[in-house]
Amino acid sequence: MVKLSRRETLVLAVGTTVLSVFPNGQRAQAGSREAADLIGKFTGGKTAQKGKVAIELPEIAENGGNVPLAISVDAPMAADNYVSEVVVVAEHNPAPEVVKFDFTPMSGKAAVTTRIRLAQSQNVVVVAKTSKGEFFTSQRFVKVTVGGCGG
Amino acid sequence: MAEGPRLKVPTTAKKGEVVEIKTLILHAMESGQRKNEFGTIIPRKIINKFTCTFNGKPVFTANMEPAIAANPFFQFYAKVEESGTFKFSWTDDDGTVTTAERKIAVG
Repeated sequence: MVKLSRRETLVLAVGTTVLSVFPNGQRAQAGSREAADLIGKFTGGKTAQKGKVAIELPEIAENGGNVPLAISVDAPMAADNYVSEVVVVAEHNPAPEVVKFDFTPMSGKAAVTTRIRLAQSQNVVVVAKTSKGEFFTSQRFVKVTVGGCGG
Repeated sequence: MAEGPRLKVPTTAKKGEVVEIKTLILHAMESGQRKNEFGTIIPRKIINKFTCTFNGKPVFTANMEPAIAANPFFQFYAKVEESGTFKFSWTDDDGTVTTAERKIAVG
């Protein structure tokens, strides 16, 4: 047990209050750093080229709890050159990682449609990895009217 | 608990055709972020993995986080070269696995 002096206790109390007054701002910032870390981990530090990834998302999502998302990657799905993985990152969600898809040459095409949750208006980033170790990325901004994470 | 998956898979296809598959399973996908009326966090309980294989070979996998909406839905594709069976599986956080399969005749 660490003993706290009266002064330290006071500082702690103030700190906690500041945190609880601005929880959103704090979380939003942390979220975007976390998102960058996630992408960095996925690409192994490589820079993903812009393009080749088409993202379909509504410009304005009325219900953040159910946002339709369609992704397709413009790449061949041949045995020796195909899109192997696709990650979806929502920069300002409490947990930015949304989903990771694995494809194989048997997928025929690297395309998928699903429904995601967005906590607030933000960028949705998609990064695709090919079997040759190339990375492609695109992003779309979505304005969210009502957040979808049950804040 | 996940309930009866709904699937849309063609029953016939031409050799080498890329077919469209749609799947949906009923599941609340409790995110672990929400609080109940007493202010305690409702524990996370989601389907964290969906897989589709054809004749035992992987076709498509989704590794899900809580940001996938309730009743996870996926539309994806598969290239079929021969007749066979699609197998689908959904894995819950609690370890429960729900499975389904569909046959396709390729000619």
